[in-house]
Amino acid sequence: MEREKRYWLDRKENVTKVYWSVWVLCGLLLLIEPAIDMHGKFSVEHWFGFHGLFGFVACVGLVLTAKALRRILMRPEDYYDR
Amino acid sequence: MTAEFSPGLILILGSVLVPLLRGRARSVYLLALPLAGLAYLVWLPYGEYGKLAFLGSQLTTVRVDRLSLLFGYIFMIAAWLTAIYALHVKEAGQQVAALVYSGAAVSAVFAGDLFTLFLFWELTAIASVVLIWARRTERAYRAGMRYLIVQLASGVLLMLGALTQLNQTGSLAFEHIGLGGPGAILIFVAFGIKCAFPLLHNWLQDAYPEATVTGTVVLSAFTTKLAVYALARGFAGTEMLVWIGAAMTAFPIFYAVIENDLRRVLAYSLNNQLGFMVVGIGVGTELAVNGTAAHAFSHILYKALLFMSMGAVLHRVGTVNGTDLGGLYKSMPWTAGFCIVGAASISAFPLFSGFVSKALILTATAEQGYFVTWLVLLFASAGVFHHSGIKIPYFAFFAHDSGKRCAEAPLNMLVAMALTAALCIGIGVYPQPLYALLPYPVDYEPYTSSHVLAQLQLLVFSALAFSVLMRTGIYPPEMRSLNLDFDWVYRGLGRRVSVAALNAASRARIALAGPLGVLWAAGSRALYRHHGPEGVLARTWPTGSMALWVMILLLAYLVAYYA
Repeated sequence: MEREKRYWLDRKENVTKVYWSVWVLCGLLLLIEPAIDMHGKFSVEHWFGFHGLFGFVACVGLVLTAKALRRILMRPEDYYDR
Repeated sequence: MTAEFSPGLILILGSVLVPLLRGRARSVYLLALPLAGLAYLVWLPYGEYGKLAFLGSQLTTVRVDRLSLLFGYIFMIAAWLTAIYALHVKEAGQQVAALVYSGAAVSAVFAGDLFTLFLFWELTAIASVVLIWARRTERAYRAGMRYLIVQLASGVLLMLGALTQLNQTGSLAFEHIGLGGPGAILIFVAFGIKCAFPLLHNWLQDAYPEATVTGTVVLSAFTTKLAVYALARGFAGTEMLVWIGAAMTAFPIFYAVIENDLRRVLAYSLNNQLGFMVVGIGVGTELAVNGTAAHAFSHILYKALLFMSMGAVLHRVGTVNGTDLGGLYKSMPWTAGFCIVGAASISAFPLFSGFVSKALILTATAEQGYFVTWLVLLFASAGVFHHSGIKIPYFAFFAHDSGKRCAEAPLNMLVAMALTAALCIGIGVYPQPLYALLPYPVDYEPYTSSHVLAQLQLLVFSALAFSVLMRTGIYPPEMRSLNLDFDWVYRGLGRRVSVAALNAASRARIALAGPLGVLWAAGSRALYRHHGPEGVLARTWPTGSMALWVMILLLAYLVAYYA
């Protein structure tokens, strides 16, 4: 039998590389912020790193809340068919 | 020549010939019809046409202005792209239904009065349910039935509202309505049902994922965006819509995170994207309404693209449950790539369509000083990237390898996805043609360094949150389950209440059968004794006894008189 091609992402160390590159990207986006004149109607938009921090907190909050909601909302797949 | 002919009729009447054609001729015809419709729209001059007298009021079956034309264009484009995507389907029933459905949506958009709107509004409901029933499963049948009931109810409310309006104002014209008077409120609720307002939304998540592979793609484009158009026409600047829209952007995303069926995840995110448009309508400034129109345009494309990619997976693998998928990028690299383009567009990455359209709505919201709403929209933007941008491609194509191997999507699906993806990128890179089509003049530059950096920070840090939660194992795993939503009220509670009521009624009948039975028997025996064939009161009496009784009465009278 033909052996299946091994993909780049099949190697665990490459997944780790992807993971850390997200961190690096976040760092870069913070580093260049002082060089850019931030516009915005609200004062919070001028706080350093506001959008980044907001995105991170929003997503963690979203996932943890949704996870907790499962306790109330989750039912077996055939719940309505019984 | 004038424009008396409603543009959607090209598709509706054109669909009659579909069953008569065979093979290649039918395929060519299916692709040619939306293109003919598009050409007609390009030619169509501004103005009001197709006027008829009805119920002492005037109907305008074709009203062409910038708002109706924009929605007309995107509906025709969507009809064409979905026709390509569905070319491998040979069932005339589905093909005719898709044509009638999209044609009805186009004609509804061009309706200049509430009665014409109502006719095509109901036609979209009836034609579209065929795309759900064509799945030919018991589940699809029942979901389609629920869908149809909700859609027709929306139409009935619209009709009642229109008649009330006619009574009050003497006109059926579909202009700005605003929330005043009972007729306006009925119409508002009718639009709200079709637009999937919170608590009126569940038909969408219930029915769309149960439709056929191609049917869901078609459904995703028209019904809800027709409602967005109708709200923009009738209720722009109605502040309540700001709050309704904000709620719509936020609450479906919690469901999207824990939902297992990836097409249902997309239905929740569709609901969330409608929220952005509804906020734009509520804010109601020129910039905001432009934002809503632009976002509807790009949304139809990227949402169709996402549903196309998940449809391709369903077509090849037979399931779109997150629990059963993973590693499909090896088998379906092109589909994975197109899915990522759709994901980047809905997430509003710079250079993709969502970026240039959603920005208009957020800027308009900020300009009017809606700080809390703006924060909610920002939260929803991060959230939509999280579940549509990352979760969909990640669980379907990456994650742990499910070991499933299949063929790449059929060629026609790939072509449809490629064209749609090209439009998503095209609008993102070069938004000026879309901006030029918007209802009001646009003075807006999406690509400022400040805006690009802010958006990239929001998105990449959201990606970081996902990566960290995944790596630490905190992220909730996909599970075979369903999550209770508002439909529990009628599918769970409502059913239980009616079953309980029926049980109580039959128990009461049984319980009362004992004592009541005795009474009943006694009563009927007494009746029989007096009125039955041998009964005293049923006897025929001789005339003599009658004369005797009269004499006795007269004597009694005489005695009483002289006494």
